[in-house]
Amino acid sequence: MDFALSEEQQFLQSTVSDYLAANCTLDRVRECVKDFQTTDPNLTEGLVALGVPGVVIPEEFGGTELGYLEAALIAEALGGAIAPFPFIGTSVIAPYLITRGGSDEQRASLLPKIATGEIQFGIAFTESIGRRVSNPTQVSDDRMSGEQTFVIDGSDCELLLVSTDSGSIYVVESHAVEREELKSIDRTRSLTRVKLDNTPCEVLPGTVDNTSLLTNALDIGRIMIAADTLGAAQTMLEKSVEYAGERKQFNRVIGSFQAVKHMCAEMAAELEPCRSLVWYAAHSVLAIPSETHIVACHAKAHLSEVGQFVARKSTEVHGGMGFTDLLGLHYWFKRIGLNRQLLGTPDQVREQAAQAQGW
Amino acid sequence: MDLEYSAEYEQYRQDLRKFLDENKHRSPGMSGTAFTGEEREKIARDWQALLIENGYAARTIPKEYGGAGQEPDPLKAHIIAEEFARYRVRPGHSGDNRLVPTVLDLGTEEQKRWLVPPTLRGEMTWCQGYSEPQSGSDLASLSTRAHVDGDDFVINGQKIWTSGAQRADMIFCLVRTEPDAPKHQGISYLVFSMKTPGIEVRPLVTMTGEATFNEVFFTDVRVPTTQIIGKRGEGWFVANNTLKYEREGLGDPNQAESRLREVVAILERETVDGQRIIDNPVYRDRLLRLQGQVLAMKYNSMRILTSRSKGEEPGLPRWIVKLQGCELNHQLAGLVIDALGELGTLYYNSPLLRDRGMWQQRYMMDLGLIIGGGTAQIQKNIIGERALGLPKEPKYTEASS
Repeated sequence: MDFALSEEQQFLQSTVSDYLAANCTLDRVRECVKDFQTTDPNLTEGLVALGVPGVVIPEEFGGTELGYLEAALIAEALGGAIAPFPFIGTSVIAPYLITRGGSDEQRASLLPKIATGEIQFGIAFTESIGRRVSNPTQVSDDRMSGEQTFVIDGSDCELLLVSTDSGSIYVVESHAVEREELKSIDRTRSLTRVKLDNTPCEVLPGTVDNTSLLTNALDIGRIMIAADTLGAAQTMLEKSVEYAGERKQFNRVIGSFQAVKHMCAEMAAELEPCRSLVWYAAHSVLAIPSETHIVACHAKAHLSEVGQFVARKSTEVHGGMGFTDLLGLHYWFKRIGLNRQLLGTPDQVREQAAQAQGW
Repeated sequence: MDLEYSAEYEQYRQDLRKFLDENKHRSPGMSGTAFTGEEREKIARDWQALLIENGYAARTIPKEYGGAGQEPDPLKAHIIAEEFARYRVRPGHSGDNRLVPTVLDLGTEEQKRWLVPPTLRGEMTWCQGYSEPQSGSDLASLSTRAHVDGDDFVINGQKIWTSGAQRADMIFCLVRTEPDAPKHQGISYLVFSMKTPGIEVRPLVTMTGEATFNEVFFTDVRVPTTQIIGKRGEGWFVANNTLKYEREGLGDPNQAESRLREVVAILERETVDGQRIIDNPVYRDRLLRLQGQVLAMKYNSMRILTSRSKGEEPGLPRWIVKLQGCELNHQLAGLVIDALGELGTLYYNSPLLRDRGMWQQRYMMDLGLIIGGGTAQIQKNIIGERALGLPKEPKYTEASS
């Protein structure tokens, strides 16, 4: 019984965090997002060198195949640094689906290019979460038509993974589709609308008549989003504690006032158990898959709630400055805000967890 | 990360299950209620003796003081707690979990031999004399005083929130022996019999309608000066040792997990307008929100357990348990009360009462636990100051000058 990170996992965590602390500063993020740029090419280069996009890709295809807990630790670090880097879709969901559902050919041609950062994947699964369009994606004769909104990592991608209502998933070249950038509150990540019109597509054969891969991919995505929120909220807590320990009013640092101290304590008390929930969920993907669906839904929902709480309280601890662009705290607030809605709102995934338990 | 237990621990669990299968009929409460009080006490004492003999109670207490004399092992302790809960068999005890560790850590050899073995056997029971009407969160300001007269301390004053005082054989008690010293350095930790002349116990009825606490009054209570743990004036530090052990027990996530199961059961059983309450989307969502919190606290406790098994101090994950765990239990009870509508208000053996009125009882009792053992606000100070490193509130005199 050992519910803790190994030395290797801690090393990975600190390596990625240290790299981001040096290379993904708030100034750098501001520069990227100025023009709605959601992938920082410099960052991509550095993270590829650290092996980040290959974290779940088998070694024979150029990855390190460390696992999903390791992926969650990376997601946490990226959230903590509000990094403009397409990780969840390109580096986790796409490799998972291609490894488990792709043909030998697809695996051999796609996975190595993901590991080297050569290609990015947009994930177009809104069809399977909450349909908002009147013309959902449909396939006939290896051609796809219809619309998908809220594509994850879709802005700079070369390829798309698109789901259909049967649960089957297709690879589509993104230059062949009509793309429109949506602008969410969170400018560090992309949300894209795509329209397909008789566009050539290639099925991942393992996903035909098998919805379980899509369900698993959504669960894994939810765990990664929860981890991203964990990191972002942890940064907001740390910034709050630092600010409360420096800022003086009435000749005292404000952190000595219980009103402020208690807000910090409440954030810590809510957030710390979330870390264990995310670890458990991520660990379960390979070790206890029978539990993954329920615990992934809970991780997504609970981190959404706690993330929202921390984002709000942290802003309050910073007083008027927390509300300004000068401090930039809002970038974390908005990252948490987007995470809350992606791949199922808290209410939606809680209902899924209820049904999965026969309630 | 590896959530499996190693072969050694799996074997330990199997042995324990075998023991429970063979002996559970001897556990108190397992063989009906047709016993006199005296017989029940004997059953409880025999059960405790059997558990110690087999290493399932008082595990780490040395044999010379009546314990099982085994190496500390948080995983074994956890397996014991899990299996006893699973079998619904009364677990053994390590005497009083506040007093015994304190005496073992800080008592004299004579005190250990006098106090620990009968406490482990269940023949010497304890109550805690800490809080006073004017000294709650600011415990160190306590004013029950003791002066030395010959070979005795002579104690005068009052304690409050003393659970079990009407039944306890003994009390461990904080008294001010050095009135001129700074408040933290003027306290001593005394142990004495509750039958000592001059002690009066008055039950304190709480909002639940039960008298789980008492007020204890001391009038010229004479206690030999040898019955002090630690030195005169060191009582505050001795007491902190005890508080450390007490806080561990409050907010236990295993309790929240089993309570959650009970919540599910009643929401599945009860109907309103022909619809099961669990199918009502509002209560369903509230249930799921709480389940998410229960899981987070459960895995948090696995993390604490892992730290302990490696001999590491768990830090923040441990500091938050009392605050979060007690609140969570309170909210679980609150959900059932809300879901039951008017039925949720029934109490006092009322007709139509559900689950023996335990949801209201718990809802109120949990509020007591949120306040007791260090209030939620004091817990937040502890988290803010010790875990996050925020500065303490300036002393009142400094702030006003």
